[in-house]
Amino acid sequence: MDLFGDYTLRLVALGSAILGATSGALGSFAYLRRQSLLGDAVSHAALPGIVLAFMLTGSKVPLVLMVGAGLAGWVGTLAVQLVVRRSRVPYDSALGIVLAVFFGAGLVLLTHLQKLPNAAQAGLESFLFGQAASLLKRDVVTMAVLGAAALVVLILLWKEFKVLSFDPDFAASLGLPVRRLDGLLTLLLVVAIVIGLQTVGVVLMSAMIVAPGAAARQWSRRLAPMVLIAAAIGIFSGITGSIFSSYIPRLPTGPTIVLVLSAIFLASLFMAPQRGLLWRSLRFGVLRTAPDLDPVLMRLFALSRQHPDDPEHGHSVAVIQTMSPPEAKVVAALERLADRGLAQRTAGGRWAPTPIGRREARRILDREAGEGS
Amino acid sequence: MNERENWALEVEDLTVAYADKPVLWDIDLQVPKGVKMAIIGPNGAGKSTLVKAAMGLIKPVAGEVRIFGEPRDGAEGQIAYVPQRTTLSWDFPTDVIDVVTMGTYGRVGWFRRCGATEKAEAMAALEQVGMADFARRPIAALSGGQQQRVLLARALVQDAPIYILDEPFQGVDAPTERAIIEVLDDLADAGKTIIVVHHDLQTIPEYFDAVLLLNVRAIDSGPVEEVFTEENLRLTFGGRVGVLAASGAGEV
Repeated sequence: MDLFGDYTLRLVALGSAILGATSGALGSFAYLRRQSLLGDAVSHAALPGIVLAFMLTGSKVPLVLMVGAGLAGWVGTLAVQLVVRRSRVPYDSALGIVLAVFFGAGLVLLTHLQKLPNAAQAGLESFLFGQAASLLKRDVVTMAVLGAAALVVLILLWKEFKVLSFDPDFAASLGLPVRRLDGLLTLLLVVAIVIGLQTVGVVLMSAMIVAPGAAARQWSRRLAPMVLIAAAIGIFSGITGSIFSSYIPRLPTGPTIVLVLSAIFLASLFMAPQRGLLWRSLRFGVLRTAPDLDPVLMRLFALSRQHPDDPEHGHSVAVIQTMSPPEAKVVAALERLADRGLAQRTAGGRWAPTPIGRREARRILDREAGEGS
Repeated sequence: MNERENWALEVEDLTVAYADKPVLWDIDLQVPKGVKMAIIGPNGAGKSTLVKAAMGLIKPVAGEVRIFGEPRDGAEGQIAYVPQRTTLSWDFPTDVIDVVTMGTYGRVGWFRRCGATEKAEAMAALEQVGMADFARRPIAALSGGQQQRVLLARALVQDAPIYILDEPFQGVDAPTERAIIEVLDDLADAGKTIIVVHHDLQTIPEYFDAVLLLNVRAIDSGPVEEVFTEENLRLTFGGRVGVLAASGAGEV
């Protein structure tokens, strides 16, 4: 099957890949700086900008609408800062207020425009949920140029943005112009959002900003791999979503991309090594849910170490009871350890740790040693 | 003017307010070159605010800061800063050597990448704080004491004439506390000026040779043997000074 023989699909997939790469890379920084909600506010705030840009120019050229969207998004971030600085309203509430006010204004303008006897405005409402099928070659070229510019700036100022995101006070103490860098990084985020509005729409765009970074964080321990993986996840979601919606009738592209992305995010959350929920529950969960079992397992482990040749050598309950505080319910604890596969009964009603139990005990020792130093 | 140059850090009439409420009130402070000075005071006294304002991280309502006699503007690179460990997000995806290398960003310059020289400097600093074996460890896997040593190593890499540390001993283990003290002594021997926001009054006479007692206003500052007195402590900490009388502070 020639997937990319279809001109429209090729264009849509390319556009979606570009938007996935930029929003994944820049969204990673928003995620690390705990600014995920800012992306949401900016994308909603872009709507009145799009409508106003059209009303003022009568043009639907993507660059014109993107500039309108970008300016409105930028004004939105300034409004958030103004509200925070001039009032006692906290940051998240300020974001919510700005999001609602700008988005509401955008809807009002859009409704007003649709009542006018002018066919030229048709299609602007597609910016709500995106309409990838409407992408033209010039749109994709504009997206590519803007996206490339944003990524080049990101690469050039990589170390500055990194230290800004990790420790802004330290960055300022180095003499870096922290406020300007912060503004520039926010501007790049606005660019990444604007690129995606035509395809994904103002409502769902925030998912494209947050999810790739959040998913990539599960798989990476350093910043560069995280940003690359986030961009790759964005690209993969964009292309896969485009293909699905192209072959399944009446499946909208933007929401499909977001669904693919969500699936990747959920899978990462569960399955990633080190940080994934599944891995963590395998690693710690067995014992973490029952901290009172730890001491009994440790005693069992200590006893088994006295018989290095025969680790399955059993010990009687009485011995473990002697090692424990008098009120300890050793038998019950041993049975629950056995339920979890950490301890086993040996001949004559004695007890020994299982190989898994010994491994768990060693991990507990390591963990305690790590916390101590 | 000559006298001014003997002061590493000079703060004049500094007032800082948050939401119109003054947190620092008309602070005057002279820190002579080469001293180890502790800043002490109760919670909310404005200790962290003072060091941040001195570095220009916070805009004061009024007042001036001079570094070696020069106005603070343009004096970047003169102060190596160790922020409070607990204010940072240690879940950030990076490793120890990368954080320490951040200390070189000021002199590496725009658009340039850190190379072998910077990595070597970072390794030497890790060596100095006893963390060389942890260079490739993700920072999310560090204990509190290890985090503190990493931040100190990052400041060492800056090789600045003035070091400002905000609560470096808070919540760290005894070996880390000793390691930090050794490094600070080495820095003092090398002629650096050291300013430490500190909370353990017992160790002041042992670790420092000058002290600033702060409680929104500067109560007193100067050599430990002159100003670290029971009366000054009472003025600074109010009624809560009872615990301190036994620390030996009253004998001087």
